[in-house]
Amino acid sequence: MLSKRLIACLDVRNGCVVKGVNFEGLRNAGDPAALARRYNEEGIDEVVVLDLTATIEGRRAFEATIRAVSGELFIPLTVGGGIRTESDAAAAIDAGADKVGVNSAALADPALLTRLASRYGSQAVVVAIDAKRADGRFQVFSRSGSTPTSRDAVEWAIEAEAHGAGEVLLTSIDRDGTRAGFDCELTAAVSTAVSIPVIASGGAGTFDHFTEVFKQGQADAALAASVFHYSEHAVAELKRHLRDQGIPVRC
Amino acid sequence: MIALIDYGAGNLTSVRKGFAAVGAELYTPATPTDLDRAHGIVVPGVGHFAATAGLQGPWAEAIRGAVARRVPLLGICLGLQWLFEGSDEAPTVEGLGAIAGTCSRLPQGGGLKVPHVGWNSLHVSQSSRLLSGVAENVQVYFTHSYAAPVTPETAATCEHGARFAAAVESGNIFGVQFHPEKSSEAGLRMLRNFAAAAQG
Repeated sequence: MLSKRLIACLDVRNGCVVKGVNFEGLRNAGDPAALARRYNEEGIDEVVVLDLTATIEGRRAFEATIRAVSGELFIPLTVGGGIRTESDAAAAIDAGADKVGVNSAALADPALLTRLASRYGSQAVVVAIDAKRADGRFQVFSRSGSTPTSRDAVEWAIEAEAHGAGEVLLTSIDRDGTRAGFDCELTAAVSTAVSIPVIASGGAGTFDHFTEVFKQGQADAALAASVFHYSEHAVAELKRHLRDQGIPVRC
Repeated sequence: MIALIDYGAGNLTSVRKGFAAVGAELYTPATPTDLDRAHGIVVPGVGHFAATAGLQGPWAEAIRGAVARRVPLLGICLGLQWLFEGSDEAPTVEGLGAIAGTCSRLPQGGGLKVPHVGWNSLHVSQSSRLLSGVAENVQVYFTHSYAAPVTPETAATCEHGARFAAAVESGNIFGVQFHPEKSSEAGLRMLRNFAAAAQG
């Protein structure tokens, strides 16, 4: 049976992990490659690295980061943040990304998804959707959640799939950083509307939140950052918890 | 030296990295005649079966010739599907035809999504050099919508809506539908097994 995936997210700025850097026993807690190695040893199923750097110099440094992280991993690696053009995607993939996450650039030009899919295959193209509840629907925001768009998350996910996206990385802006639990309604609405896998993101705080998003939210995968930092056994403990709840996970 | 065939179907960085991690030397042949010096051949590939059209003709002939010389051949993902006669995904494109059968789309429905993306278990169905040392039920990473039928050459199966050939093996011909280069320790073990077969 296909396992539900647990994905660790590393938010990187200027070569350092900027969120949840409280691992003990690491020489440089902010070193993305060291964190990736640790997560890999703990049994994480996938890693996402997000670039929060705005400057050109930072972008170049980020490629070195991708290379270093990718050198530690023999599991899928997704790179997102600041991927605006085919050449940005090419640089990330050449540096070792297996998939690229595209957000604002795909909203501005959905055909970008098609061009990337025809060059690298749909499995390499993740559409990242940031959504917020508004007037009974889920409104899509661009530019790291700062700019409202006229799109609805469910409709956009369907359109993005038709354009060649192979997965949806769906973040609830309402829940992001709150540790109040994933937005299961948002996740279920999108997950049942598309045939590509949906990765739920935003709001993970407890192990039960993962159970909820896999059961009620019908997520195919769940992404988190800080929750995996609770202890060095967080991934293994979470997987045991999910298995006890009847949710298939990779051992 | 193992030849990694780059016919433009996707990114080969991870496959290169996987073989490097098990100490295997790879080269990318520029022309089919470059396969003369190969001790092993890897056909990778992601995406649409139509992409394998680039392998028809001289490449397929050179690969058949190498296989006849007992050079081990490994197809990964689309590369496994290419070992068969063809695929419903692109009916006019011929596969290598080393294994009888045609690939078809995985059935959708019953809460199962297609594409089949993620970690799923292998059920080993026959003794295999490629899967030597790999535990029964080990999980490996898949990402595909089409799959090969279960045939006498099937070394391991997987199930997602239907049972399909997750690994095939026939003499020196090997294929895996999943991505060993993305399947952690178990996947690296298979790459090491193939590299050992390529060394004779």
